[in-house]
Amino acid sequence: MSKRFRIRLLWLLVPVSAVVLAFGVSSLVLIAIGENPISAFRSMFRYGSQQNSLVSTVNRAVPLYVAGLAVAIGFKMNLFNIGVEGQYRLAALLSAAAGAAVVLPAPLHVAFIMLVAMAVGAGWAGIAGVLKVKRGVHEVVSTIMLNSIATGLGAYLLANYLKKPLGPNELLIQTRQIPASGQLPPLAVIGGENLRSFVLIAIVLGVLVYVLIWRTRFGYDLRASGINPDAARASGADPNRMILTTMLISGAIAGLIGMGDLFGFFHAYTLDFPVGLGFDGIAVALVGLNHPVGIAIAAMVFSWVDRAAQILDLEGVPKEVIIITKGVIILSVVIAYEVVRRLVQAQEVKTAAEETRRLEEREEAVAA
Amino acid sequence: MAERAPTVELRGITKTFPGVVANDDVNLAVLPAEIHAVVGENGAGKSTLMKILYGMLRPDGGTISVDGHAVRFRSPKDAIAAGIGMVHQHFMLAPNFTVLENVVLGSEPARAGALDFDGARARIRELSETHGVPLDPDRVVEDLAVGERQRVEIVKVLYRGARILILDEPTSVLVPQEVEELFRNLRELKGRGVTIIFISHKLDEVLEIADSITVVRDGHTVATVKPEDVTARQLAELMVGSELPTPETRESTVTEEVVLSVRRLGVRLEGRWALEGVSFDIHRGEIVGIAGVEGNGQRELVEALMGLRSPDQGAIELAGVDVSSWPTRRRREVGIGYIPEDRQGRGLLLPSPLWENAMLGHQTVDPFSRGFWVNQGRGFWVDRGGAHRRTEELIRAYNVMTPGPDTSALALSGGNQQKLIVGREMIAEPKVLIAAQPTRGIDVGAQAAVWEQIRHARAAGLALLLISADLEELIGLSDTLYVILRGRLVAKVDPATVTPEELGSYMTGAREATFA
Repeated sequence: MSKRFRIRLLWLLVPVSAVVLAFGVSSLVLIAIGENPISAFRSMFRYGSQQNSLVSTVNRAVPLYVAGLAVAIGFKMNLFNIGVEGQYRLAALLSAAAGAAVVLPAPLHVAFIMLVAMAVGAGWAGIAGVLKVKRGVHEVVSTIMLNSIATGLGAYLLANYLKKPLGPNELLIQTRQIPASGQLPPLAVIGGENLRSFVLIAIVLGVLVYVLIWRTRFGYDLRASGINPDAARASGADPNRMILTTMLISGAIAGLIGMGDLFGFFHAYTLDFPVGLGFDGIAVALVGLNHPVGIAIAAMVFSWVDRAAQILDLEGVPKEVIIITKGVIILSVVIAYEVVRRLVQAQEVKTAAEETRRLEEREEAVAA
Repeated sequence: MAERAPTVELRGITKTFPGVVANDDVNLAVLPAEIHAVVGENGAGKSTLMKILYGMLRPDGGTISVDGHAVRFRSPKDAIAAGIGMVHQHFMLAPNFTVLENVVLGSEPARAGALDFDGARARIRELSETHGVPLDPDRVVEDLAVGERQRVEIVKVLYRGARILILDEPTSVLVPQEVEELFRNLRELKGRGVTIIFISHKLDEVLEIADSITVVRDGHTVATVKPEDVTARQLAELMVGSELPTPETRESTVTEEVVLSVRRLGVRLEGRWALEGVSFDIHRGEIVGIAGVEGNGQRELVEALMGLRSPDQGAIELAGVDVSSWPTRRRREVGIGYIPEDRQGRGLLLPSPLWENAMLGHQTVDPFSRGFWVNQGRGFWVDRGGAHRRTEELIRAYNVMTPGPDTSALALSGGNQQKLIVGREMIAEPKVLIAAQPTRGIDVGAQAAVWEQIRHARAAGLALLLISADLEELIGLSDTLYVILRGRLVAKVDPATVTPEELGSYMTGAREATFA
């Protein structure tokens, strides 16, 4: 029992060391540029712990979380879907346009928009999957290129086919507004800030991803393919099928990244729709160790640091320092995870060897 | 003669790995220009000992001396500087380089900044002549036979100035004729003053070549004997501490019913036939053995049978049904079991718990998954309870030494990993089992257990294809025995009468059979 407890404590080292290191390094940077780290962090905590900051943290964490899930599913079988960025942006654009073009009753309308987004995300990711399976193109290369294509294609479609005609005082290019039936009302209003309902869908999604990876036979094949592709193949998991299916699922989840913003705030795809979430998702998945719970924590931490750092500008401290904080978190989690993994493994090998030896001795005693 | 001081002396060497003592108070004295064999079963601690002597591992205690001087090796570099060279069991050669390039690789001779190949070539010629190890420096390694490649490894070590050679299981990759050639080379080297440490578990070979023999058991050196003073039997008993098992099957259980029928199977690889026109039947209760030097199409045959490689000609029929185009999963579901040659590379998910390893290859069927939703009646949900129960049953029935089903596979010893793999295939009661090297690299106890299970399953009606490098295992277990050479079955021999030497001559092509 105490052994298991010790192992738990070891795992706790990962996030703790990451946060301590991150704030330590950021403090050094702040000192180096002549700022007082204590006062900077104090104002960050004061601002970050306000009610509206906490609500905003959750709202911003949701897309990071979904992005992290999309990336993690690929990571679980050593597929590096860097194309989450392009997949969600194209999905947000096309689903917003489709949502504005149909008339449907409220819950169906939202479901329809989500389905379109998932289909677009899956389709775009599927291209990379097909290229890998049919032509051996590495997914990192193809998804990076597909990101560029998605950006260009999205801009072209928006400007030429999907944009709402501009009124006299309008400057922002965007799709037509999705009617109220295709919007999600806030879950609650706290401290003047809307808590978006999409957080509930994100939680359900996290549970589904967990169940898929750890409880279904498909998930077993997926994890086996990640751990040992040759053994998985010999066990009957068809690698091509696994690659294609995983890319499609990853892309479908990626398609949902923009939905929280679409349903809860923008109600249209605009030129200032959030970008870069797909890349942030890679960091979130890494820090969250590809586990839905870990990803949730990582998304909250990143989102909170972003929010709390807004106050730094007012204090005259360059808020770019938090980029360093985030970078150190990523690096230290990856390193600490590897260190702890080896420690735990060595511990396990040792325990098993001891117990095996005892078993063998007992058997010899019985035989004698 | 007996007064000579030892060239290499190890005293009281101890090395502990987490939870296991690999070497405990090991003593070894090797005299100048002798062939000193170190024997012991797999896992007895021979390799650890040699890694210590070659500087790859540092001992926890004890001393090493070379030529009477105490030494302390931090890396193989120090060992090489002291004149010790190692010829590894698995060759470390670049196949597309010439012999010359391979020999100089890592210690390239330079003259005025440019590679001095002429000087090196002359030195290799000289070394190979003075040491009686024939070698052409300009041939490309991939064109060489296994025995010749081994000579390249030996010359490579001599080139670096070694006077003491460690050969780790040098005969494991050779057929009997090549072993003879190697022994001639070794005697020649000994005559030129080279000291040789010969690691092996093949007793007849050791008795033939060695001047002294040190036996390692359970991490201890139990005895050092002269070959003229012991019989193979006595040596074996020293080695295992008890009686050696034999792989012989008893009365025939072969029936008339053909389970697996392979018809003119062929696989093309990089423009040539890696497997061509291979035909054989396996009946219920029959063990069909395939003997052959590694790399003669065995891998392609296994992969074609398992659906991991699509054949370019021929057909595979399971109980009369052509399964040649079926995917691996479907073949496994209808009862083709698979014990892969590379147990860690293809047979296990090392970091995963045993219960997840026990379901590998059987994950779509009862008791490992359930729910008939989507996907042709295959289980949708992983049945953790069922998988745990089956794994516990497997651990008990196949005597896998482990704390329980939640232990990682990587925490198991090689023998126990193999027992798990054999057990998971056997417990599923397959119709056909494709077993590639089922007892390679496991200790005598585990080997005996695997043989016993194979016999047992055979009696229960299993059709088994046995591919092995262990000729005694093949002769002892097989009901029918084929020899594969360059992708073709070149001989069918009677395991009741064939000798390993005969098999060896078929395997190298030295003897040709009229194929029955």
